[in-house]
Amino acid sequence: MPVIALDKDYAKKVEFRDNVNNFHGNQLTYVHWEEHNMFCSAIAFPLPPAMPFGALVSEVIAPHYAAHPDAAKIDWSKVEWMIDGKKVTPDFDKSLAENGMKHKSLVRFWTPGLNGYKGTYS
Amino acid sequence: MAVKKMGLKQKYAHLTRGLDWETSYQKMDDVFPYDQFEGIKITDWSKWEDPFRLTMDAYWKFQAEKERKLYAVIDAFAQNNGQLNVSDARYINVLKLFLTGVSPLEYQAHRGFAFTGRHMRGVGPRIAAQMQSLDELRHFQTQAHTISHYNKFFDGIAEFQHMHDRVWYLSVPKSFFDDARAAGPFEFMIAIGFAFEYVLTNLLFVPFMSGAAYNGDMSTVTFGFSAQSDESRHMTLGIEVIKFLLEQHPDNLPIVQKWVDKWFWRGFKVLGLVAMMMDYMLPKKVMSWKEAWEIYFTEAGGSLFTDLERYGLKVPKYADVATEMAEHISHQNWAVFYQYTHAAAFHTWTPDKEHLDWLSEKYPNTFDKYYRPRWEMWAKMDEEGKRFYNMALPQLCQTCQIPMAYTEPGDPTQIAFRCTEWNGEMYHFCSDGCKDIFDDEPEKYAQSWLPVHQIFQGNCGGPTVPDVLNWYRLNVGADNMDYVGSPDEQVWNSWKGKAPAEAAE
Repeated sequence: MPVIALDKDYAKKVEFRDNVNNFHGNQLTYVHWEEHNMFCSAIAFPLPPAMPFGALVSEVIAPHYAAHPDAAKIDWSKVEWMIDGKKVTPDFDKSLAENGMKHKSLVRFWTPGLNGYKGTYS
Repeated sequence: MAVKKMGLKQKYAHLTRGLDWETSYQKMDDVFPYDQFEGIKITDWSKWEDPFRLTMDAYWKFQAEKERKLYAVIDAFAQNNGQLNVSDARYINVLKLFLTGVSPLEYQAHRGFAFTGRHMRGVGPRIAAQMQSLDELRHFQTQAHTISHYNKFFDGIAEFQHMHDRVWYLSVPKSFFDDARAAGPFEFMIAIGFAFEYVLTNLLFVPFMSGAAYNGDMSTVTFGFSAQSDESRHMTLGIEVIKFLLEQHPDNLPIVQKWVDKWFWRGFKVLGLVAMMMDYMLPKKVMSWKEAWEIYFTEAGGSLFTDLERYGLKVPKYADVATEMAEHISHQNWAVFYQYTHAAAFHTWTPDKEHLDWLSEKYPNTFDKYYRPRWEMWAKMDEEGKRFYNMALPQLCQTCQIPMAYTEPGDPTQIAFRCTEWNGEMYHFCSDGCKDIFDDEPEKYAQSWLPVHQIFQGNCGGPTVPDVLNWYRLNVGADNMDYVGSPDEQVWNSWKGKAPAEAAE
């Protein structure tokens, strides 16, 4: 649908604020640990697309979720991953980009057997 | 010679009609450039029924009288050290939230109605919008004056206007009004005049003002009384606007319905802050958010929309989703502030046992199952010296700008994720309601100033959390963090002759 605006050229003048070029070589990545809603929402990071997926796990994801009592029990080889709505098995040695991640990709993961404080999804 | 006095009706007609003319040097469309592009068709402006017959001279007289009463009470409150009589210093955080989050919206409403008043071609709505514009300015000023007394004793109040423009969670109410003001004058009237002032206003004003009354804050209660007659005028204007637009032309219905759907959802998301305030922040509770929602939306809104059925207008889309969310929204929001307390300009706390029991009683279907364990877990972690802080920044919804903390309709265990790909880029949303709003006007919402992304882009004072808080003018260690251990608590306890909470146990 065309834009409803007084200025006929409105669409041409729009400033897309979150263009990847504004992030100094990084792309936004969102991460969410499913069934652990102690973390109120997915968390956001600006990361280089060349970062290996394994480094995302060990340097970004693991430390940021470490506060949860379940965190120490995570077996990363059994984790189930979903990137942008598709279930995938990421290659830990390959980069985020090679794993199909783009600017603003959402990585959700499930830890089978771990579903929050006393199994309450918290 | 004796001058014959005019009757009220006659006087009103003289003071509100025939004030303008058909321009001849300039085209009328050039003089009023904003009142057609939205697609609303007005066939006869004179059909506008003034919802309140108030002339300007009477307006000044009434308002001045109210002002005198309000300032007399505020003075008395200050002289009697009224701050000593509030239920608990935790209550002051309600005022901080109000002053940083809501009062600047009054100012935005003032500007929005001034603009709308200028750009409506018909004189009736122009007069009404002008009066509302003045009301809103007065509300902003009197709120700032009323709450300024607390600024002498408590933290987190002094920089409210600066914070409104910068602090991450205040982008939620700010962007709500920016959105309305960036729309055309008719959408603004539906957004603020109808959806906000008519459908949802009781859910904003009643909780804050009854909250003040229940918690001994007589100055804010007096402000509430002084604003009340204005508010009822604003509501009448809101309902008149919708009737006028729907009676003018059948083509207006789908446009108006779309705006009602949109602004109901936008307003509902902003009111999540009030939900949290009612359920978690008032030391003496008025009622639960869920109860307020049932009274003021389900029942009152229900009969309103039954009344509007004759125009073909339907209950806003996703009203059923909002009603289901009334079970969850306050708990989910307070959890956001609890874990980001280091970046909030008011204090947070863990609900104590009595408070948890109250929540269990008010939310029998959900609280014990999903939320009570979370608070107990956090309390336990705190006792072990591991008070939980979320040190990453949250993903925000592109439309409402709130952290994406809301769960799937029908499944409170799972966060709801919605996504649209537009112009080669992904956009994320907390709900179908927010996604629909984006999909309808992607060019507008692709411009959202999302605080988290702005921090990453380097536009918020620097790369570290202290840099950003400094840019917010947030006084670290005083304005933020838990109430227990705060300077606010210290001053309160010194007045009340109490030892700090921990030592007392």
